[in-house]
Amino acid sequence: MTDAPINQQLETGAADDTVWVQEVAFIDSIPRWIAMTFVFVVFIGTWDVVTRLELVSPIILPTPWETFDDMIFVGSNLLSGGYMLGALWITIQEVIYGFALAITIGFSLGVLVGETAFGEKAVMPYLVAIDTMPKVAFAPLFVAWLGFGIESKVSLAAFIATFPIVVGTAAGLHSADENARMLFKTMGASRMQTLIKMKLPTGLPQIFTGLKIGAVGVMAGAITGEFLGGGKGFGELIRVAASQLNTPRVFSLILYLSLVGLVLYLIVQWTQRKVVFWQKESVGAHDH
Amino acid sequence: MNAPLAHEYSGASSDAPVYELTNVSKTYARNSVVALENVDLTLRHGSFTSVIGSSGCGKSTLLKIMAGLIPPTKGRVVLQDKPVTGPRRDIGMMFQQATLFPWKTAVENIVLPIEIRDGKAAAKKAMGKAHDLLEMVGLKGFENVYPNELSGGMAQRTSICRMLITEPAVLLLDEPFSALDELSRDMMNMELQRICREQDATAFLVTHSIQEAVILSDEIVVMKPRPGRIAEIVKVDLPRPRTLDIMTTPRFGEIVDHIRSMLDKGEAM
Repeated sequence: MTDAPINQQLETGAADDTVWVQEVAFIDSIPRWIAMTFVFVVFIGTWDVVTRLELVSPIILPTPWETFDDMIFVGSNLLSGGYMLGALWITIQEVIYGFALAITIGFSLGVLVGETAFGEKAVMPYLVAIDTMPKVAFAPLFVAWLGFGIESKVSLAAFIATFPIVVGTAAGLHSADENARMLFKTMGASRMQTLIKMKLPTGLPQIFTGLKIGAVGVMAGAITGEFLGGGKGFGELIRVAASQLNTPRVFSLILYLSLVGLVLYLIVQWTQRKVVFWQKESVGAHDH
Repeated sequence: MNAPLAHEYSGASSDAPVYELTNVSKTYARNSVVALENVDLTLRHGSFTSVIGSSGCGKSTLLKIMAGLIPPTKGRVVLQDKPVTGPRRDIGMMFQQATLFPWKTAVENIVLPIEIRDGKAAAKKAMGKAHDLLEMVGLKGFENVYPNELSGGMAQRTSICRMLITEPAVLLLDEPFSALDELSRDMMNMELQRICREQDATAFLVTHSIQEAVILSDEIVVMKPRPGRIAEIVKVDLPRPRTLDIMTTPRFGEIVDHIRSMLDKGEAM
């Protein structure tokens, strides 16, 4: 059967019970940007109504417009190089050093655990045990050991971010399939060659998953460290604003802080796309 | 491998033995299962041998021993007059999956065995040869394509090139096309026959398909399970080169029926 008759039918607009159209629900056919804008407007609208009707005390929840004004104030302070920029820079340094430390330690431990039987038998149980502890609870210890400076925050940030990187690296090294291992054996590859030329590249997607989780954790670690250990970072600004019941300021500071976390995450994701160029897009697969 | 192309590729019974297994047995220590018992097998130069049998008949154990991946419990395993004591460059192997690495292009995957054994410089020198091999399997123009963009059949052709790049004395083929659909599989089998002919290769194929074994082989080793041992070695006297049409001839049917009855007997035990 050719499609010519169908075309004719379509042109004449005549109904044909052999042609049917698969129905898509209206809500699923909305373009992404409209849908996102819609949710945003509903969110702000609800927020506005709640504050306008004073369902919640203004001390607890500021209006969206107060928050917006404060975001502009904080933004201009940051752009003009005010004291907030100094605080943000301290936090960014903590995040960068913490992440670098977490990557170094996490990757090394991951290779030890993923590649050697000794690491898997003797080191992994301890890592699992520490990982199950609430790591934030170690914050006072780091402050006691390293003081109120940047070091205690870097350590807590690194401490939190290390574990997902260890797990990601170890899982990545285990992800090579039996055929690939056998192939490398038949080629007479040494253990080092197998690790570098096969297991590591094969495991890169998992390693990057660990890095992404670590990137989120490192932010949380730095801010928690600042809450509990003082210092001059952005977390301290938030703590002070909260103690003054300046909730619009707390909200806007958190928003700018989340931008830092987002940028770090996007850097990792961008690197992943460049390095693991063969990996099919799995993040945000629902878009398509 | 470098014998003239004019070599008659039929039966090849008069040729010199390349691979010899004498009285080979394998018992797995961990569960004391006898996987192989007293296997004697000779692969002659330029011949194509298949091994067929139900699961548990020890054919994959046999293949691993021949690849130098595991040692036999007893018996002699000799390739080109030297005992096999581990993986060797004169053993080429191909698996059910193409196992190409997605971060390497087709040619880079093909020269990987050279890269592993002789280093990056040697691998670079072998690039020209990799191009020639790709052309031979009909993939000219796909040199710099990544495996993600290759179909299953094309990926297996590429892995054939990777197996051939070190000019191995024996090709061990572990159900190489069983993951392909039936049409591509028939086509790849014909390709394999042509390639073995052109390369004057000594090949050893593990398969589950009787038809595949008969159409490709000079000799078919039928194995029985528990313990894994050779039930019979069937000589295939069909003329070469073989085409898919040969599957409709009465002689082809006879051989297939004979092997099937052998396998059924093995199953009943």
